[in-house]
This record gives sequence, C-alpha cells and structure tokens, in this order.
Amino acid sequence: MTRLHALRQMVIWTPAWLLLATLVLLLLLPSLHLLSSWQEIDTELWQHFADSFLSELLVNTLLLVVAVAFGTLLLGVGLAWLVVMYEFPGRRWLSWLLLLPFAMPAYVLAFVFLGTFDYGGTFQQWLRPYGIEYFDIREGVFGPALVLTLVFYPYVYLLARTAFANQSISMIESARILGCSPSQVFWRVSLPLARPAIAAGVSLALMETLADFGTVALFNYSTFTTAIYSVWEDFRSLAAAAQLSTLLLLVALLLLGVEKYSRGRRSFVQQARLDQPPFSLKVWQQWFVSGLVWFVLLVVLIIPVIQLSIWAYQSVLAEWDSRYLEWFNSTLILSISAALATVFMALLLNVLRKRFASRPLRTALLLARLGYALPGIVLAIGIMAVMAWFNSLFATTWFIGGLFALYLAYMVRFIAVAYGPIESRLDTIRPSVIEAARNMGAGSVRLVWEIYLPLLKPGLIAAFILVFLDISKELPATYLLRPFGWDTLAIRIFELSAEALYERAAVPSLLLLLMGVVGLLILRRLNLFK
Amino acid sequence: MLQKYLPNGLAMSLAVSFLLPASLMMSSSGVYAAEDAIVIYSARKEHLIKPQLDEFTKQTGIKTLLYTGKDGALIERVKAESERTEADILMMADAGNLGYAAEQGLFQPLNSSVIKQNIPLNLRDADDFWTGLSVRARTLVYATERLQPNQLKDYEDLADAKWQGKLCLRTSQKVYNKSLVASIIAHDGEAKAEKVVAGWVKNLAAKPYAKDSQVMEAILAGRCDVGIVNTYYFGRLMAEKPDTKLALFWANQETTGTHVNVSGAGIVKASDQVDNARKLIEWLAQDQAQKIYAEVNQEYPANPAVPVSATVAAWGSFKADELSLSEVVSRQQQAVRLMQKAGYR
Repeated sequence: MTRLHALRQMVIWTPAWLLLATLVLLLLLPSLHLLSSWQEIDTELWQHFADSFLSELLVNTLLLVVAVAFGTLLLGVGLAWLVVMYEFPGRRWLSWLLLLPFAMPAYVLAFVFLGTFDYGGTFQQWLRPYGIEYFDIREGVFGPALVLTLVFYPYVYLLARTAFANQSISMIESARILGCSPSQVFWRVSLPLARPAIAAGVSLALMETLADFGTVALFNYSTFTTAIYSVWEDFRSLAAAAQLSTLLLLVALLLLGVEKYSRGRRSFVQQARLDQPPFSLKVWQQWFVSGLVWFVLLVVLIIPVIQLSIWAYQSVLAEWDSRYLEWFNSTLILSISAALATVFMALLLNVLRKRFASRPLRTALLLARLGYALPGIVLAIGIMAVMAWFNSLFATTWFIGGLFALYLAYMVRFIAVAYGPIESRLDTIRPSVIEAARNMGAGSVRLVWEIYLPLLKPGLIAAFILVFLDISKELPATYLLRPFGWDTLAIRIFELSAEALYERAAVPSLLLLLMGVVGLLILRRLNLFK
Repeated sequence: MLQKYLPNGLAMSLAVSFLLPASLMMSSSGVYAAEDAIVIYSARKEHLIKPQLDEFTKQTGIKTLLYTGKDGALIERVKAESERTEADILMMADAGNLGYAAEQGLFQPLNSSVIKQNIPLNLRDADDFWTGLSVRARTLVYATERLQPNQLKDYEDLADAKWQGKLCLRTSQKVYNKSLVASIIAHDGEAKAEKVVAGWVKNLAAKPYAKDSQVMEAILAGRCDVGIVNTYYFGRLMAEKPDTKLALFWANQETTGTHVNVSGAGIVKASDQVDNARKLIEWLAQDQAQKIYAEVNQEYPANPAVPVSATVAAWGSFKADELSLSEVVSRQQQAVRLMQKAGYR
C-alpha cells in the first residue's frame, strides 16, 4: 500500500520536478551562454581597453553605484520611515504617490531633466539674470546618479515601508516604555529588523543601475554598460561584450552576497502589524514633514510631468494617431501577462528553495537572479542565440520572434525583482501556523490555497507591481525580440527620443506613466495595495 | 472577503497570463504572416520610413511589413535566424552598418540596372550588396551672432588652438562621428587624424553631448560657438524656431568636400521575395520616394536627378566628399580606437 502510494507520488511529482528543473535551466541558459564566451580571448582588444578606458569606467561605475546606493537608502528608508511612523497631512495619499516615480522610465526622466536643468534649459535661463552663470548637470556623477536614484528609490521605499509596517507594535511599544526616543527606535529596533528588506531593495536598485544604458548614455557618462555597447557596436565583438558582461554578473553576485549576509541567519517572524503610526508630531513638524515629501514629489514627479505635458501639448497633433491604441494595448497585455508569469515563476523558485535545501540548487537559484544586472541588449542577444539554437534543433522558426523568447527574456531579467518580496514574506510565515494547519488535517492543496497564498499575498502583489512597471518600461529586449505587430509605448518613446524629438516623445511617455498610475490606482481601489 | 477569493483569482490570472498571449499570438500570426508581404527589418525609425512604404503599397498593391530595431541588434537577429529569416530587406541608417551586414554575408547582390542608373557609385557598395537611399551631410554649425562664416574652414581647422573653449561635439559613440573620423583618416592619414581629434578634445567647451540637437542648443545658449551636426537636425530646429541665430557652414569646400553618409538597404540573402524586394528598393531610388525621403526628414536625395526640398535648398549647394563609403566603412574601427585613445568620449 505504502509502496503503491510512493509510486503514485512519484508518477505525479516527477514530471512536475522535471518541468521545474527545465524552467530553472532555461533561466540559466543566457548566463551560461555568456560564460561560454571566455573560450576565446582577444588579447589585443583587451589591451586596447586597458590602454584607453578600462580604469576610467571602473571608477565611474563604482562612483555611480555608491552614489545611487546612498541616494536610494536615504530617500527610500527615510520616506518609508516617515510615512509609516508619523501622522501628517496627506499621509495616506503621499505614501502612495511616492511609488509613482517608478512608473517613469529612467531615460525619460533623464531627457526631461536635461531639457529642464541643463545649460540651455528653462531653469538656468531663469537663474542667469540673477548672476548664477553656469553649471553643467552632465558633468561628473551627479546627474546620472540623481536621475537613477529618483527612479529606483521606490524599490527601497516599497520594501522598507512594508517591513516597517509589519513590525510588531509590541516591540516598538516596549522600546518606548524603556525610554527610547523615536530616533533610537529607528536605529535600534526598526532598522535592524527591516534590514533584509532594505538590503533587498538596494540590491535591486543597484543591479538596475549596473544594467542601465539609456540614462548614462544621455549624460554621456561612461560606465561598464556603455563600454559593453561600444565593444559590441564598435568592434563587432559579441565575445568581448559577453566577457565584459560576465564581469557585471560578478558584481551582481557580490551584491546578492551582501544582501544575503545582511539577512543573516536570523529569521523574522510575522506578528501583529502596525495599523496606525505610533509616533505623533507637533503641528508645525507635521507640516514640515508633509512639505518635505511634497518637495521630493515635486522634483521627481510634478516638474517632469509638467514639462512632459507642455511638450505633449505642443506636439500631440503631429504625433497622435490611431496606432497609439495598439501600442497601448500591446504594452498593457505584455506587461500584465509577463508580470504574472514572472511572479508565478518566482513563487515556484521560492517553493523549490524551501522544499530542497541542497547547495547546487541554491547556487542555481542565485545565478538565476543575476539576469537583472545584465544590460538588456546583452541579455536579449544571449537569448536570441539560445533560441536560434532551438530553432535549428527543432527545425522551426518559432523560437525567435515568438512570444516565448520575449517572455523568457522578461523572466530572466525580472525574476530577481519578483523573487525578493516573495522570499521575505515566505520567511516570515511561522512554522507553527503550518504545523497547526497540518494537525487540523489540512492537505497540501488546502495548505497552499488557504494558508500560504493568503499569507504571501502582500509579497506577491508587491512583486507583481514592480515587475509590471518594469516590463512596461523595458526597451532593449522588447525591441529585439517582440513578434510582429507587438510594438510598445517604450519603443515609440525610444524611436522618437533617439532622434531627439523629445516633444513628440512626451506623448507616449505620458501614456506610459498614465498606465502605471491607473494600474496602481486599481490595486489601491481593490484594497490589494495601499 | 477578498482573502477568500484570492486563490481563485490567482489561479485565473495565471491561466490568463499564459492563455491570453498564446491566443493572441495565434491570431496575430494569421494577420502578420501574410505570405506575399515584403518583410523589412529597419534601423531607420518608423516615422521616417513608413510614409514611403505606404505610398509604395498604394501604387503597387504589394504589402510591406515593417519591423524596426537597433542597427546592430537587427543584424544579429538576421544572423541568428539565418536561412529561416522572414526578413527580405535590411535597412540601416548608416553605411557602417550596411557594410558590416554585407561583410557578415547577410545580403545578396542587388543586380539592378535601375539602382545603378539612379544612385551614384560612391553611395553604393562596391560589391553591389547594398545601396544608399538618402544622403546625410555632416557639417559645421555656428552662432551667427559671434562668428563670421569666413572664420570657418574645415573639420581639421577646428583642432586649431584658436577654437579653445569654443567647440561643442556629439559623443564619439555615435556612428556619424565614427564615419567622419574614418573619412579624415582616409584623406589625411592616421597621424594627422590623431592630431585633429586630440585638438578637438582640447578645444571642447563642454563634455561631448549625446545628441546633435544638444550641440545646437549649447551653441544657442552661448556655451560654445561652433559644432558639427547632421544637417537634418538643423532643419528640424529651424522648422520649430525659424528665427534661431544659427547657420550651417559647408566644411572642407576647398579641400575634400563635406562628409556625407547614407541611409540605405540591401536584399537579405535568405529572402523568399527577392523580386518584390528588389522592386521596392528600386522604387525607393526613384523620384517619388526620393522626394518623400527629402520631405519627411530634410535629407538629401541619393538620386541626383531629384531636387532637394525647399527648406534644404535654402542652405545652399555644396561640394560633397566623393570618397567611397566602402572605404569609410573599412576604416571605422581604426577611427574608434583613435578616438578612444585621444580621450574623445
């Protein structure tokens, strides 16, 4: 009987595990493909890099990463703390509005900032009569670091906010009773408890920083990514580009390692959450905090949206045509469906991680998340190479230019984004809850549907939002791998802005932003997410 | 309440996530795999080539399918798809990428007397694998308030110390600058070209810009006095702000002529629509399409028999560099190395 049962289990589960193994392998393929590039090394070309720009771009990349880490920590953690712990005018809406910058593609914010704040821009033209002669926001690391900080801080903010809000009231109250001031509570209690979530957010922001091409190119700030493009486009060496990319993977591995280290061996277990801000402020302080948050929103959201609106108003007649509906639709469909698929995949991987604690598997899961640090075009070409191989293997044309390749690209790139929030939620589920359910006779299916999924819900939703917004902005992979007729808003933005037609590019940019805002609004409405 | 329904909702959304695109893919492949359509992979942006293609379909009834992408990426895609590619025509926005595609064996000879008659030899591939369809001139632009045209001469002259702090350039990463420097190497030799580029870098008033349009804005704002741009960017700026105090200066008129590049196309080797593809490229080389090229983007027609647009005519005529573009293409990597060594970013 038991043998029969075991056999039945095997029959049911072996195909499922095989499928999972295949999926994990698929996620790993692009990275493996990149690694295989080291078979041949063009020493002469590497010598040229060493002679000309290698040291410069290492320093540049390091500076950028440090600056963005600092910026996203400051903004993300600071704002999350204020929003969760204090009551102030407009708190509920502001706490939500602060997520919106994430719906803005980095390169759009970059061209808006350059148009507004650079030497010839409106801002400096206002200042000049007052004797403020000149500054170049393209000089040094400041410009690109600012733009990337402003679009990526929501990673940290979102995860830190959830972490702060989920801290137990009793812990904070105990700290208060023991005489801790709010700032002491922050440093001694809340921050250490939220550290895993914050580290996850910062590592996401930094991986995306490493992968960014659009923004640094607009500021003409040379980084690893621009070098990868140059190697590929100038020297036509996919191999050297892949080799440079594997160095990026190493840095990403380091980031994930730091994240893991900061998570430590402690497990953080879910308790009663904060519903009301525990600290109060004097009235003037409340208005000050409110003003501070508004100022951030002014820089990152309001000024850019005004600038985009002015441009869109000037150009909408020339730019608008009926195809915008198609572009809007394909962006929406791709983002929703691929985001769901990616979140599902991340959930599967997390289940795998919980079920089997073996070292090779853990390494594989770690590697599967590195795709986020790869410049999109490197990833897209890697996937295309793998798909070309499939094409010839199965004698078909289905793999390139079908949705499969594109979905795979999205998954490889964004699985890291979905993985983190789910992982941190999964780890807060108390083992005792599961045991209790089992003791009461709940089978696996009921356990999944009635215990795991509801408890994971906030993590799943956060993961979905992040990936949805990320995919809606994604350019290089979509551009190269989309099937015929699947042009997206991001592609339109690129085609116009590459020709420096920023006024016209404002139209699709605003639409994309609108889509993100509406998506977030719906989730808020459904009470899924505030 | 919602807690209770969430699992079902999740299951449904998962089903949707996989089924929706699958069903759409089925339906869309029906629409797009039109057997008789010419499939064009184009690095020329959609809004700059769609008008020509629409007109072609209107006149001939032959359908086209446009798939835009970045130049290098599209080349990789055609390579990856190899003999299974759907592409019939590959369009690129500069000679460098056309040349590279040819070198990679992606094209078949055009074999067209119409193209040979309509497009001058120096704007075509020596081996007949691709042809230019529109000409883009890269020349000097200056602030009329601060400079007289007689103070300007040629690209090489901008390396002179008298221009220190007065020059603005676009990034060396842009293919137009790679081609320009490649042409300087071809004319003046590597040593001289190296001096020229080093001189430019010394004279820069600001870090190189990402776009030609930014170079012009910098000149307008008084950051610098002179720069190098493609003329159609100047055309766009003038169309928007006609009283802008900038003017073009035709470079190297006393020597080699102003540097030109092309956007062009070739027939993909694995095409199954060779005749129609050739027909389209031939059509693009003739009057009507050449006029659209000139109008939509203020470029120069590659066909010398076709007049330039009124806007472009107002900039005056010039002597173009007649160096073969194949020659320029072959020196592009050399140009990149040279610029990177000189610290031109």
